[in-house]
Amino acid sequence: MLLIALALLACKREARELRTDPPATDALNGVVPMANRINGGLPRIFIAQGSPYENNAYQLGQGKRLYDWFNCKGCHANGGGASGPALTDGRWRYGPDPVSIFLTIRDGRPHGMPAFANRLTTEQIWQLTGYVRTMGAYSAQTAAPSRNDEMQSRPAENRAPAATEIRMPPSR
Amino acid sequence: MRALATSLALLCAGCTGSQTVLAPMGPQAAQLNWLLWSFILICGIIWLLVMFVLVLALRYAAVPSQRGERRAAVIVGVSVAASALVIIVLTVMSYAATRGLSVAADDPLVIRLRGYQWWWEVTYTDRRPDRMLVTANEIHVPVGHPINIELSAADVIHSFWVPNLVGKQDLIPGRRNDLTFTASRPGVYRGQCAEFCGLQHAHMALLVIAEEPAAFEAWRDAQLQVARPPETIEQEAGRTFFVSQPCAACHTVRGTNAAGTLGPDLTHVASRRTIAAGLLETTRGSLAAWIADPQTIKPGNNMPMVTMTPEQLRAVSAWLVDLQ
Repeated sequence: MLLIALALLACKREARELRTDPPATDALNGVVPMANRINGGLPRIFIAQGSPYENNAYQLGQGKRLYDWFNCKGCHANGGGASGPALTDGRWRYGPDPVSIFLTIRDGRPHGMPAFANRLTTEQIWQLTGYVRTMGAYSAQTAAPSRNDEMQSRPAENRAPAATEIRMPPSR
Repeated sequence: MRALATSLALLCAGCTGSQTVLAPMGPQAAQLNWLLWSFILICGIIWLLVMFVLVLALRYAAVPSQRGERRAAVIVGVSVAASALVIIVLTVMSYAATRGLSVAADDPLVIRLRGYQWWWEVTYTDRRPDRMLVTANEIHVPVGHPINIELSAADVIHSFWVPNLVGKQDLIPGRRNDLTFTASRPGVYRGQCAEFCGLQHAHMALLVIAEEPAAFEAWRDAQLQVARPPETIEQEAGRTFFVSQPCAACHTVRGTNAAGTLGPDLTHVASRRTIAAGLLETTRGSLAAWIADPQTIKPGNNMPMVTMTPEQLRAVSAWLVDLQ
């Protein structure tokens, strides 16, 4: 009996939120940046939803797919950086917090980072933000996106910190 | 009795239709159909024989004797030899019938089919690059002309299966499979992904439309045109919204700035009979419903819900349904 009860506990599966409701999307878009557009307040709904873009494997997996589909690799490579800065070295030009990264993707940054406001939906930008943050994370977390289809060029996302990358000097 | 009649009627319904092995519409499918019936016939006769002998054996129990032992040995020996012979014959028949399926024909029409979760990308190749054509979920073929399909997959394994025309063949990421078929009669044949490929595997259908060569060439010439320009102010607004919003990041509409290659090419979306890989008939209403909330209609697919006003939705659907 005890075994069956224990086995039943395993039936709880991570919930997949396949789409956000339009009002929630609007609310998620309402980040409050500081005047210099670095850092700022997370939308309250982000916390109210339980931060799915930080700790839900499905959302992180979607972010990983978008990272490939929207050619983030074109400039940032697999996180090690190329013509764009590295994302795995733990150094962030505009801060490591989700709001800064969200603003970077949505509105772009000077010297090359394009704005994706009209190329991605708000939900997708948050998914990408969550994924980019796992790439350079210092602490391991249980939620991780799906495995790579290609060869691993760095430790998998759930195996933080990416030690080899951190010892490298900043890309520029 | 009634249940029997219903099941018989249902069984017979499987013998005709646009997605059945039992109504072959091309030489390859005819060969496979012949193979199927030969197997059923041969195996059916053997089954009846075995059942007959079994009944005899149960009815007349043998009395153990020296002579009986010898006779049993002979019978077992003959049966083993007969089984081996039957298996060899069936193997040769199977080999002969399936040999021609992946051999390229002379001067075939080469079509590339790429499987995505959960739709099909169809590319018509041509020696002239300006005659190359990309469309989705619908393959038009000329009747009587051999078709060589090059199968590949973008994400996971899918399987191409249009039973009226040819047998199954997998689409495997990182690998190319070839399949040859010819449609001998005009018609619309339905196909279905035949390898479980995720949440919406059941909603991954495609249509093969076999037409007379002249009709096929006309279709191809029409498809090669760029999208027709909008005629009304509403359609114009729809196009403006489409190319300036996330739609254009994934979809191509030739003749506009929309050049994304992650989703199906929509240049002539309204000329196709269905949208969302056979899920809905193409109407302005179904297009609008799909754009308004793709995740409720086909949960888990890769099209996100783009926030828009009702006016914008009306405009986009008015423009898309005009893309004949």
